Parts: sequence; structure tokens; C-alpha cells
Amino acid sequence: MSENKPAPAKKPAMSIEKAQKARRKFLHSAGLTGAVIGLSLLGYIPVTSAKTPRLRPPGALNESDFLSSCIKCGQCVQVCPVQAIKLGDLKDGFGVGVPHIDAREQACDFSCDAVQCILACPTGSLTYKKPGFLNIREGALLAAAPILKAKEKDAEPTLNLKERIGVARLARPESCLAVQGKGFKGEARSGSFKGKMRYMDVDRWKPIPVRDHPYDVPLCDLCVRECPVKDAIALKPVKGADGVERMTPVVLEPCVGCGVCEMICPAEPAAIVIDAQATWKEA
Amino acid sequence: MSRFTDLFMGMLGAAPKKPEKVSERVQKIMFLKYEDKDRYIKEKLHARAHHDVSHKWRNRRWAVLIATNLLFVLSFWLDIQLLEGSLTASRFAGFHLIDLNSALQVMLAHKHIIVNLFIGTFTVFLLWVLLGGRTFCSWVCPYHLVSELTEKLHLMLVDRKIVTDHEFHRGTRTVFWALFALLAIVTGYTVFETLSPTGILSRALIYGPGLALGWVGLLLLFEVFYSRRAWCRYICPIGLTYGAVGSISPLQITYHVEHCFHEGDCRKVCLVPHVLEVTVKGRASEETMGLGPDCTRCGLCVDVCPTGALRFEVKGLSKLL
Ligand code: SF4
Ligand code: SF4
Ligand code: SF4
Ligand code: SF4
Repeated sequence: MSENKPAPAKKPAMSIEKAQKARRKFLHSAGLTGAVIGLSLLGYIPVTSAKTPRLRPPGALNESDFLSSCIKCGQCVQVCPVQAIKLGDLKDGFGVGVPHIDAREQACDFSCDAVQCILACPTGSLTYKKPGFLNIREGALLAAAPILKAKEKDAEPTLNLKERIGVARLARPESCLAVQGKGFKGEARSGSFKGKMRYMDVDRWKPIPVRDHPYDVPLCDLCVRECPVKDAIALKPVKGADGVERMTPVVLEPCVGCGVCEMICPAEPAAIVIDAQATWKEA
Repeated sequence: MSRFTDLFMGMLGAAPKKPEKVSERVQKIMFLKYEDKDRYIKEKLHARAHHDVSHKWRNRRWAVLIATNLLFVLSFWLDIQLLEGSLTASRFAGFHLIDLNSALQVMLAHKHIIVNLFIGTFTVFLLWVLLGGRTFCSWVCPYHLVSELTEKLHLMLVDRKIVTDHEFHRGTRTVFWALFALLAIVTGYTVFETLSPTGILSRALIYGPGLALGWVGLLLLFEVFYSRRAWCRYICPIGLTYGAVGSISPLQITYHVEHCFHEGDCRKVCLVPHVLEVTVKGRASEETMGLGPDCTRCGLCVDVCPTGALRFEVKGLSKLL
């Protein structure tokens, strides 16, 4: 680095200018570094201020583990036959590129039969079974592997799934058609609704648009009827305030939080919703 | 310090140095070059006049870059399942491929590595050791392509004296690399991925555009109006990760001092001109020299050099042929 040649006499004069330039460059570089790091930390805002947690795909790790382990590749998006999985955008902060499900728009109805998104995930962000040191939230563990109605006649009717991603809840009992004692006729959602579902009596391997499968039922039981998981939800009688006995959907322990009930509910907004990342609590 | 260390330090941001010793062979070449100045100048003008501006390597590179990204897009859109996923992690005909920098961020943030992640990372590591690390930048990265195009705009504006280029210290990239690694460890989030235009663009191409493209747009504006190729030159930790991997790569651009007129056309087109310091008169110590790990093997310098002093070469192979 150091050369033995004697420095020319004029050099110091040059150096001041050079040193100034170097100083400016250093300050600029430090400014750039500060600005970029500062911007990157803005990612905290959506993460820490998220009021309602996102519904994650089946098998997702606990939220902070999920955000840190997901490599944002979208392979889970690619395998899903009903395109239930969407990737986060910049407004999700550190969740940019991280998958979630908007159940009202398109729920996971397990059309894939095998929880394929878990199979596709290269990082273990979606997993059949969490490694021991990543604790399972209490109430997230399912009492038993859920039985998929679509597979009931198969040799292996259960889904390879250990944890729920949320729990359904009758959020607006007053708008629930069953509670009002009403039937339902027509398309479950508006004609422009793009959501798809698998109807076993139509085609096991090809989900069709919900609008192509109109209903005609004397008492609305769409959420119960279309729930893909056996014994996750049932219509049960309750006595209303007026003393009249009515039917109401009751969510049961096997509910995995897939969101089909929320998607199919003909009330607007949906009477039943998923509490994302919620765990099971005995009522 | 060895030449390897010099080149590596150069990638981290150290200023290029004059060689301590110039080999006898090079001294002789230089002597012969200047012995007959007139002939030398004549030769130089002749070479210039007859040099067809070639875009051979650029065209090949753009074709590969576009084809690779298109393969991702079509695999999903047409459901041909050949290259599933996006640039951060994918599966090629069933084989896991995982971007080295994304994998690093995830490992540091999550502090846990599963087998698939390891396999994919290892495959990609081997691939880029062979192909020369930063080859990823110029032959695959979609941000490279768009910023290469907007760079032309920047240069045009500089030419018309509408904007000036603001240079930063190249060492900032090393600082960023360390800071993003540290942030991943401390926060437990893959902080860098929120900003990475490579990941954002790749996902936007495959899964559709979003707000995040606005950030990429801002970056490009910064590069057009303020600082030439700023993201790739001074910030992107992906480039540094791949650079480090490619430091032992056999595929490189080599410089042949005998054919060089030291005019520096190559340094004007290069994204990382510091690797071309050897082309400055008196900077080459050997007759042929590899350019080092920070070179992206884009071939722009190969295309632009009128006398063929820069070439794509595979170490050891030229001796065999
Ligand atoms: S489990 Fe649900 S979200 Fe996952 S791929 Fe299957 S249908 Fe899609
Ligand atoms: S496949 Fe796994 S790593 Fe990839 S986006 Fe989905 S959850 Fe994230
Ligand atoms: S009750 Fe709703 S959320 Fe729960 S499993 Fe059934 S359809 Fe899915
Ligand atoms: S040295 Fe040549 S090949 Fe390497 S990055 Fe510069 S222009 Fe491209």
C-alpha cells in the first residue's frame, strides 16, 4: 500500500480537495445506508399494528415463525387447485410475498385432497408436523386428524393435518338465514362471484365456480352442507329470546378454519366468519 | 497479499491498487507496444475503424434472462410445471432450487434449516460456483435487465448535462450485506426481502403486479436521476453473496494485455468498472488476468472491446484446447 517514493511537494494541496471529496462521499454513503435500512424497517409497522391476523394456508407455523421462515416463493400458490392462496403486498411489511387466504373471496375447500400446499413448501413454513421447539399454540392442535367428507369412502379418509389455522364463528347471528328460519334459493353469492368449489357429485377433481351450482333448500344450511370436514359444524336447535325454537349453526372442535362456510354464506356480509389463527376454546 | 485476496477485497469495496511487481513478459509487451508509437497509433485507429459494434453477448444474455423468467411465468400460467415457484425458491422438474441470499436470510431469521432448504441451497451453490456467481446478476436477475435499460436513460441525461452521477463508496454494499444479515438475526424477520427488487419483480411477473412495484419504480428513478446503477453497485447483498460464491469459479472474463490499447471503452459500459482497473496502463502484472469475482460476466466489455483483449474463458480449458 505505502510506496517508498517521496511524495511530490504539491501533494498536500491536492489532498485537501481530495479529502473533502472523500468526506462528502463518505457522508453520502452513510446517508444512503441509513435511508435504505430505515425504509426496510418500515416493514415493522404493518406487522406490529395488524389488527386482524391473516388467515394463513393450512399447516402454517405460528405467525412470527411463519413470517421469518417463508421464503416468499409462492409454490404453495401454484399447487392450489382453487387458487385460494394469495401473496402479501408491500402494505404487509415483512409479510410482502408471504401467502394468506381471503376466505370470503376463495376459501380452501381441500379440493387438492392432500393439503398439497404443505407438500410444496420448501422451507417448512407450512408443515404437517411442527418440530418440537416451535411450540404449538394451545388449542391449535386438533383432537384428531380431520376426516375429509370427500374422502369418507376412501381407505384413508383423514387429512394429514395436525393444527387448525383458525376457527369459524357465527359473528352475525341476526343475519343468519337459518336463525331467521329462512330457506335459500339461487346462487349462494352474487352472479359475479369468482370463487370455486369442489362438488363431489359434480366432479371430484375439477372444482367449479360457486355460481354454477345454485341451491334450493327449505332451511338454509349451506355452511353445514359445504363444510369439507366431517362434524366440524352442525345445525342445532336453540331457543331464541322470544321463546321460539330456531336452528343455528354451531361450530365444533374438528373445525380447521378452512373458511368454506364464510365463503358460501349467502348473507351479505357473511353471518359466519373465520377468526384467523384463533384456537379452540370450549364454549 | 495474493491476487485472489486483492480481488476479493476489491469486491468488498477496497480501491484497486497498482501492482507491486510486473512480470518480465508484460514489461516486454509494454515496451514493444510503445517502441514504435506511430505504428501503435495507426493500429489502434485501424482496429477502431474496423470494429463492428457487436451485441453478441448482450443478445445472448438477454435471451437467456428473458427465457428463464418466462419459464417461471409460463410454468405457472400454462401449468406446465417445469420451473415452479419464483426466483427466491423454485423446483425445476422436481429438483429444489433455492436462491442463496434468500436462503441465508431465512436461515438467519428463522434459525432453523430443514432438509429441502439445504438440498436446494446446495444445488444452487454448486451451479453458481461453476457458472461464476454474479453471472446470476446479469443472466438471470430481472432487475438487472430493467436497470440496464434505464441506465441508458441515465447516461443520455448525463451526456446532455441534465443530471450528474453521484458515486457512493462501493464498500456500502458490504456494510449493507452485514446489516441485513444482522437485522435478520436480531429481528427474526427477513427484512431485506421487503425491499429486494429481484424478489418483487420475479413475483410480480409470475403472480401479478402489486404495490411493491412502486418501490421498484422509485429505485429506478433514483438510478436515472441521481446515481448510476445504484442498487446493484452499492446496495444489493444478493450480488455480494453470489460474488463470494463465484470467487472460485472457473468461468471468467480474462484480460490479455498484449491486445489492449488502454482506451477504457470497457470501463465505460461496465456495471462494476473497478474489476477492469487492470486495463489501465501499468496495472496489469501478468500477460493474461482473470477479472475477479465482482464481474457479472455480462460480456458488455467483450462486445465493446475493438481488439479482443477481453474474452470469456474457462480456467484451465484454454490450455487443453
Ligand atoms: S390444502 Fe387448501 S389451500 Fe392448500 S393446496 Fe389444498 S386446497 Fe389449496
Ligand atoms: S411455499 Fe412455503 S415458502 Fe413458499 S411462499 Fe408458500 S409458505 Fe412461503
Ligand atoms: S366449519 Fe367452516 S371453517 Fe370450520 S371446517 Fe367447516 S367450513 Fe371450514
Ligand atoms: S467486466 Fe465486462 S463482463 Fe464483467 S461486468 Fe464488467 S462489462 Fe460485464
